[in-house]
Amino acid sequence: MAEQPDRADPAAGTERAARPGGPHGTGPAPLGLEYAPAPESRAVVSLRPSYELFIDGEFTPAAGGGELTTLNPADEEPLARVAVAGAADIDRAVAAARRAYEGVWGRMPGAERGQYLFRIARIIQERSRELAVLETLDNGKPIKETRDVDLPLVAAHFFYHAGWADKLAHAGLGPAPRPLGVAAQVIPWNFPLLMLAWKIAPALATGNTVVLKPAETTPLTALAFAEICQEADLPPGVVNIVTGAGDTGRALVAHPGTDKVAFTGSTEVGREIARAVAGTPKRLTLELGGKGANIVYDDAALDQAVEGVVSGIFFNQGHVCCAGSRLLVQESVADDLLPRLRARIERLRLGDPLDKNTDIGAINSAAQLDRVRELARAGADEGAESWSPACPLPERGYWFPPTVLTGVTQAHRVAREEIFGPVLSVLTFRTPEEAVAKANNTPYGLSAGIWTEKGSRMLWTAERLRAGVVWSNTFNKFDPASPFGGYKESGYGREGGRHGLEGYLVHA
Amino acid sequence: MTDTAPPPGAAAPSPLPPDAAVSNAALRALLHGLPGVDEVGVQARAADLATRSVKTTAKARAIDLAISMVDLTTLEGADTPGKVRALCAKAVRPDPADRAVPSVAAVCVYPDLARTAADALAGSGVAVASVATAFPSGRAPLEAKLADTRRAVADGAAEIDMVIDRGAFLAGDYRAVYDQILAVKEACGPAHLKVILETGELATYDNVRRASWLAIHAGADFIKTSTGKVAPAATLPVTLIMLEAVRDHHAATGRRVGVKPAGGIRTTKDALRNLVLVNEVAGPGWLDPAHFRLGASSLLNDLLMQRTRLSTGSYPGPDYYTLD
Repeated sequence: MAEQPDRADPAAGTERAARPGGPHGTGPAPLGLEYAPAPESRAVVSLRPSYELFIDGEFTPAAGGGELTTLNPADEEPLARVAVAGAADIDRAVAAARRAYEGVWGRMPGAERGQYLFRIARIIQERSRELAVLETLDNGKPIKETRDVDLPLVAAHFFYHAGWADKLAHAGLGPAPRPLGVAAQVIPWNFPLLMLAWKIAPALATGNTVVLKPAETTPLTALAFAEICQEADLPPGVVNIVTGAGDTGRALVAHPGTDKVAFTGSTEVGREIARAVAGTPKRLTLELGGKGANIVYDDAALDQAVEGVVSGIFFNQGHVCCAGSRLLVQESVADDLLPRLRARIERLRLGDPLDKNTDIGAINSAAQLDRVRELARAGADEGAESWSPACPLPERGYWFPPTVLTGVTQAHRVAREEIFGPVLSVLTFRTPEEAVAKANNTPYGLSAGIWTEKGSRMLWTAERLRAGVVWSNTFNKFDPASPFGGYKESGYGREGGRHGLEGYLVHA
Repeated sequence: MTDTAPPPGAAAPSPLPPDAAVSNAALRALLHGLPGVDEVGVQARAADLATRSVKTTAKARAIDLAISMVDLTTLEGADTPGKVRALCAKAVRPDPADRAVPSVAAVCVYPDLARTAADALAGSGVAVASVATAFPSGRAPLEAKLADTRRAVADGAAEIDMVIDRGAFLAGDYRAVYDQILAVKEACGPAHLKVILETGELATYDNVRRASWLAIHAGADFIKTSTGKVAPAATLPVTLIMLEAVRDHHAATGRRVGVKPAGGIRTTKDALRNLVLVNEVAGPGWLDPAHFRLGASSLLNDLLMQRTRLSTGSYPGPDYYTLD
């Protein structure tokens, strides 16, 4: 147990911050209802002071001896030191993955691979509480999201792909599709373990082996997953986890010994990876940024549309590539919707991510906080009106209040650039044609939402939106059976579902 | 993030004067012009709010608040004066062993027992609520419903829980429902009127929203989910939609209509989830027995047991609480 001693009462300070000004406001409320702090216990997590790389089934030090420290973004306390993999370590990891692919995994019958994946899925379920707390500590997202969204989806991805392992002949990719070989996978910090599941589960189900690099700010659940691989007796080398920052990722992506590169992250880095991979025989899938539009028509179920807009942009502090970061509301209901939206946002509880009642957690890193601040400021400078609820922020840690920018036009930076934070840009439209034109007027094309009670208008709109996923009367719903991916600068390739298998198989 | 009276004012349809002669077409236009309710969305929101954790000191306060909001109810064919008197004693002092436990808000009985209850509760501060208007079906001539109401008020009922004519509502005759509520409201005189929508028979969430607005426009002091005789009764999504209606009406007019879920609320956890809904949907302005009630019978003992467990750390067991 390496729990920080000064964290004996982690919620005491933030509960106050979570409900500033008391519960009663100005209304005649004789009793009111306050929620006492309800922190999930950290005791389920045993952190080691430092972590090594996971190569060939074993934890092993980095050749260069470099380390980075991963912090709890909610209080800036260090959680653990993590090894930084260099070129020699990447060589070892890729070699181990190649041996495992050629010696064991690539030739193993699908039914047997499936059994390993089922075993991993069950261990994830058994350890889900521990993994949820660990994810919240390392990432800053609220425990209710890691507990109710991330971890159930992680287990579901492994279960789903375990089922595919012996049925690949029925995936529509020929009678005997073959694996590619070794996959180099680089994942972001916003859904650390879920993105790992999206990458590793289909790769393993299809007979590939992997070298995965988690994000530098959120490596801990990937390392816990390495332990799970050991617990499941997964053959050494099938999964290798190399931690580090950008240099490690670049070395992994550029390594000539892999057959496939899969990346989820920013469009900027995605471009760099596409350049590095260009001219090689490697297959590439990229899942990049987004600037999703949530279109609210005047006949929408307004109260539920408000819920969807809130979930679309404030789920995971807006650190979601498919976030509904642009609200396109029909002008005729804007004056009705926006006060409802503000009233709803005032109810969001920001504070200690481990508190079960927290809706908005911490921004993942100081660097990301700077970016969010800069773009939010740019919005105000360009003339948008900025609104946030009365929401004192905890003194330590990286925090940004839920923010709504109104009066935004297509020309504003905040309508074009991905903010990747809890900042919603509000635009209006007059007709369905205008809504579609504005929604599509972005270099991205990852997600969109449509809110209407009229089925024909919903389908008319969905047909015209250039986005990889279009939700209607809901938002941010994920399922392992549903393919996910982007149009345009949001990337290419699909993850999840039958389509997602294609990224790891050769037609045969 | 405090209670700044949710302002979605433009949301509310313009209020009709409660006594105006309103055509069925006008009522239909009003009710069908309300924004729809998305079934999946409202259920998801209710489920999300049900995960709120209310513990320790907050739980202790919430339990006392819930006790003070209970309409302690007996609505059986077998009700007798003796049974009602026993219930009234329990309403005034729910836990004879602990005087710090607050009284409940009201005792809810059939109209012929209103006098018995009024005598038993005299001077206690606990109100007599009587169901009326041919409860629970509402299938009786208007004159009978009004006589039912007047008699209950004359016998000491300070609150009348009427049922709407669900048949008329489902037939699209909103005018008939509206007129009946107006007439019963008048027959109530000084008594407060709770209008039971019987949401289990209205079947859709859109209908729940429409019936809520119809009752509010007709002058209801409270809107109430159910008689307790039809399943499903008070579900969280239904209560949530009704809370949205009173919230929006308050934002538009300043009048604060109350909400009473009734039927199926049996455990402390159920009660706390209802209070969380009130807190986060309508706002703390409704966290008051004057604006929120819980219609229940067995709930009270569970609240008392949880209350004791919080203060002593152990369950005393059901035999330590009175059966009434």
